[in-house]
Amino acid sequence: MATTRMSMAKALNAGLRKAMEDDPKVVLMGEDIGKLGGVFRITDGLQKDFGEDRVMDTPLAESGIIGTAVGLAFRGYRPVCEIQFDGFIYPAFDQIVSQVAKLHYRSRGNVKMPLTIRVPFGGGIGAVEHHSESPEAYFAHTAGLRVVSCADADDAYGMLQQAIASDDPVLFFEPKRLYQHKGEVDLDRALTAREPLHQARIARSGTDLTVAAYGPVVGTALAAAEAAAEEGVSIEVVDLRTLSPLDFDTLEQSVLRTGRLVVTHEAAVFMGMGAEIAARITERCFYHLEAPVLRVGGFHLPYPASKLEEHHLPDLDRLLHATDRVLAY
Amino acid sequence: MTVTTDQMVQLLTPTGERRPHPVYEGLIADLDGAALRGLYEDLVVVRRIDAEGTALQRQGQLGLWAPMLGQEAAQIGSGRALAADDFVFPSYREHGVAYCRGVDPADVFGMWRGTSLSCWDPYDINMAIPAIIIGAQGLHATGYALGLKRDGAEAAAIAYFGDGATSQGDIAEALGFAATYQAPAVFFCQNNHWAISEPVGLQAQVPIYQRAAGYGMPGIQVDGNDVLAVLAVTRWALQRAREGSGPALIEAVTYRMGPHTTADDPTRYRPTGELEEWRERDPLSRMLALLQREGLADEDYLDSVRAKADAVAAELRAGCLALPDPAPLTMFDNVYAEAHPLVAEERAQYAAYLDGFEGSN
Ligand SMILES: Cc1ncc(C[n+]2csc(CCOP(=O)(O)OP(=O)(O)O)c2C)c(N)n1
Repeated sequence: MATTRMSMAKALNAGLRKAMEDDPKVVLMGEDIGKLGGVFRITDGLQKDFGEDRVMDTPLAESGIIGTAVGLAFRGYRPVCEIQFDGFIYPAFDQIVSQVAKLHYRSRGNVKMPLTIRVPFGGGIGAVEHHSESPEAYFAHTAGLRVVSCADADDAYGMLQQAIASDDPVLFFEPKRLYQHKGEVDLDRALTAREPLHQARIARSGTDLTVAAYGPVVGTALAAAEAAAEEGVSIEVVDLRTLSPLDFDTLEQSVLRTGRLVVTHEAAVFMGMGAEIAARITERCFYHLEAPVLRVGGFHLPYPASKLEEHHLPDLDRLLHATDRVLAY
Repeated sequence: MTVTTDQMVQLLTPTGERRPHPVYEGLIADLDGAALRGLYEDLVVVRRIDAEGTALQRQGQLGLWAPMLGQEAAQIGSGRALAADDFVFPSYREHGVAYCRGVDPADVFGMWRGTSLSCWDPYDINMAIPAIIIGAQGLHATGYALGLKRDGAEAAAIAYFGDGATSQGDIAEALGFAATYQAPAVFFCQNNHWAISEPVGLQAQVPIYQRAAGYGMPGIQVDGNDVLAVLAVTRWALQRAREGSGPALIEAVTYRMGPHTTADDPTRYRPTGELEEWRERDPLSRMLALLQREGLADEDYLDSVRAKADAVAAELRAGCLALPDPAPLTMFDNVYAEAHPLVAEERAQYAAYLDGFEGSN
């Protein structure tokens, strides 16, 4: 198995390129994705190679981008839409939750909506407001959408192609603070040989407690496990990868082994992904849990000014504080 | 795409000669030598404020800055047309307008430095905090204008936005609402030719001011690098709004000479030669040429302008560097106007958590 070392940004670019080569129906749409290659350069060079018809710079209108993609999907295309930053997805919210999510159902399965909506999300990059949000729960709450998030370069490469190949609409949340993180990418492994898009993965095995994470904080969870190991505590880290559907089977198996669970994400804890996970795991593992499920995440506030974001974001210390509490029961 | 038409209002040519106009000339007839000098001083000062913003960002004092280089005349011309009671709804690039509103120099920087999510208190200077969500402020201006109308106030609201913003539903809806209710709102589009990397031709196939006709309001195109023409047309639009004649759309044709923000790289998309072409239409040099032509630009005056720019820049820099980092628990302030148990609980928990570190090392 020959792998190539590259950043997550480059891996996403390679994934898009591969998907476009494999299927002429794949078209990219978004603001500034052509000549500029997107503000994060994820589409760098693609317009040059595939032309303006397949890599469309769109007018500055998010509802327009998604609504037009719906029409293209009606016509048999597979649009991959880029939303420039997390906080700009809301003008498109209506098209996503009212149209994209429901057309297959409303048309009794006759109309497919194989859209991929790429959203650079999360904070930690010192940006101005509306550039650091974690809106995934809004979409996971809506039936008809699939929601995923990658945590390393290899998964970014594979998951993006899987999302594009899916006949369902996929919200693809890219942890923007990991764009420049490098990893080994297997460019040749067939999509079928990869973990399917609905499956979580054990990112690190352990025996004392499970930490469930996705996207930007998987790295934080792994760092916490590393630190805890020095104290003799063995943490298992589950990279959820997929938020809707959520792979409760893998998580349940892990919690049955460890008896303890901490869930972490950047989004606000209140009414967030962690609440759902805690409830379902409590239901499934009630007699095996040694402690209540704890959550570590953002607070109930608008994403704060960048000089305060280190307090808002779950970090190593807050995560270890929670694992200590769970172990103390 | 050619965006200028023979309808474009211009009172000052790029070489600084006055151009007659049957309607708009009269609207600036009151400008005497002192007023002309004042406008030029404004242009120089805001260019300096902007340069200071870029420099502070490069020095790591600001996280980001959105330069307004090239758009000085559009902002000073419109900003100086405003009355104290008028209310401004800006985007993120209106540093020049903020200066006209009398903003405290350091207040401009909190948002860009990351110490707070906004800059000034809107009610101090009758100017909303910057809208980063493209186009949202168009509707806010419309609503504020409706409030003015209901209250019988003789004032107007003005929304600033870019050419890219005209593609957003919010701007279309704002024009529609304002026309329907004859709101005293002025829509001021700075067509600076670029929405990040996208040329204006990607947003509009007809000159932007012509869109007004479809909504039933006057649209007017003005040379956005001509401070006199911008002042005149904005005065006109504001006056008719205040008098109850309804909204208007102004398209100020200008050019963003710098990058979109300090994080942008225009060499990737800007055609060669375009910048040089626009340099010849620089809003500052044409106003200076006028002053010289009319014998208003002696060395003493030019020295005083430089001194003023130096002073403002120094004050700005000092104010920016003095902005303190916010204390952690302040992030829980103002989430709600009234007490909220969840926020209180999370604040208390986080305070206890932080206390746990005290004395631990
Ligand atoms: C709803 C929304 N979508 C995307 C963005 C990202 N963005 C910020 S500025 C910008 C370009 C705006 O161009 P224009 O309206 O012409 O204004 P200018 O920056 O040229 O003044 C874009 C796409 C945003 N801020 N808000």
